[in-house]
Amino acid sequence: MTVRTPPMLAVRDLHAAYGPIEVLHGIDFEVAAGQVVTILGSNGAGKTTTLRALTGRVSTTGSMFFDGGELAGRSTEAIARRGVALVPQGRGTFVGFTVAENLRLGAYLHKDADGVRADIQRMYEYFPVLGERQHQRAGSLSGGEQQMLAIARALMLRPRMLLLDEPSLGLAPMVTRSLFGMVATINAEEDTTVVLVEQNARLALEMAHAAYVLEAGRIVMAGTPEDVHDDEAMASAYLGYGV
Amino acid sequence: MELFIQQVISGLASGAIYASLAVALVLIYRSTDIVNFAQGEMAMFSTYIVWQLLQNGAPYWLAVGVTLVASFIAGIAIERVIIRPVEGRPELIVVIVTIGLLILINALAGYIWSFQVRGVPSPWVARNVDLGGVRVGVSTLGILAVVALVVGLLFVLFARTRLGLVLRAAAENPESSRLVGIRVGWMLALGWGLAAAVGALSGILVAPILFLDPNMMLSVLIFAFAAATLGGFDSPGGAVLGGLIVGVTENLAATYVDVIGTDLKIIVPMLLIVAVLLLRPQGLFGHARVERA
Repeated sequence: MTVRTPPMLAVRDLHAAYGPIEVLHGIDFEVAAGQVVTILGSNGAGKTTTLRALTGRVSTTGSMFFDGGELAGRSTEAIARRGVALVPQGRGTFVGFTVAENLRLGAYLHKDADGVRADIQRMYEYFPVLGERQHQRAGSLSGGEQQMLAIARALMLRPRMLLLDEPSLGLAPMVTRSLFGMVATINAEEDTTVVLVEQNARLALEMAHAAYVLEAGRIVMAGTPEDVHDDEAMASAYLGYGV
Repeated sequence: MELFIQQVISGLASGAIYASLAVALVLIYRSTDIVNFAQGEMAMFSTYIVWQLLQNGAPYWLAVGVTLVASFIAGIAIERVIIRPVEGRPELIVVIVTIGLLILINALAGYIWSFQVRGVPSPWVARNVDLGGVRVGVSTLGILAVVALVVGLLFVLFARTRLGLVLRAAAENPESSRLVGIRVGWMLALGWGLAAAVGALSGILVAPILFLDPNMMLSVLIFAFAAATLGGFDSPGGAVLGGLIVGVTENLAATYVDVIGTDLKIIVPMLLIVAVLLLRPQGLFGHARVERA
């Protein structure tokens, strides 16, 4: 038996509920450091709830062990302080603030002004359109630009783990493809671990190192992207294409 | 003409007092979506602290400084202890809590200091200065200067500092603010603290004119509501302008409209509130709430 390094994130028997309604019925999954892991599933499967659980925004039982510490029971802001950044579904930006202000807010936890300035410049290199629009209000950006800003804002936290909640939602296929390309680049260059929740299975599987399929609050399949992609039952039932 | 200008200027001074209370209302409304009916009573209580310190022989500006700091801390404490449990609950509940707070503070002040009317000394010399043929009281100029200074400081805080950016962010989007690590609860409490201090100023400035008793701020609060409604409940700049407009309008109406006179002045803000709500509910500079799907 080979000795494995412990995963960056280990989720064990995670239950999550909104009041009396339980949405996650005990899920287990792992995310290895430096990887892109995707969680797929149809509407209402519990994908967004999983990310809410990881960011302390829904009541949970079970364990979420991240980077040597337990996340369960911590507040959203405390989890952010441990280096977990979330790009929420839809509007994840401060719409009344300029692009530059959004990025400065993203760096709230960092006091080194020079480092933050350098980070902002790097974001403008990743996403040149944000540099062009740095004095424009986030609310006036297009959907794709807002999504880029949301990702850049999350990266300003210098996260160890980046959680993305359906970044493709409402975006044109071309825009989605380039956005996913950026995420892959960031994963490689910044050594940021990524958890990607998606309905757009095909694109997500292309860039992921590991995949889980969530159905009605339970993990029904786990494996390499190839395994998931080639599984006929998965393909027709949950991923919206035939093999 | 000279009378007119004099009335406008003295209207600006009372308007500046309404403006500082209105700014306090707006600070709280923007950050916690709560209309704080107890804002006037909080200011009245602060004024009593000034009065008490003066009774004990403290110099005027020291007493004011100490009181502003104490008000700031008390504002934070009120948010944490009394408001926090009802934040995000239906509006009616929150309104009733702030009205309860109004009654509580009013009764507490009466209990501690009695309902007897007290004189509070004015920090300004009782003299007029000649401004291009118009005689203006030093107190009028002093009030305008103090309020202008405070509004200016608030503007710098919110528009130019990192803390201001974070305060605005926590108010606009608490969810995203938490995700970047901002302790939103503390930011909202800080907003209450700032509001308590700015509001306290209105009580301290108005006390030498109205005399101090536990009910002193009730009418001022109504003028401040008119100011905030007129300017837009989510716009601090609008609240300042609204305060000045209310002050001047009130003064001119009292001077030139015989039926109103000094006794019926309070009608003016009432009419303004009704008119604004009918014609432009979001106020001059407020934003109508539009949700994009």
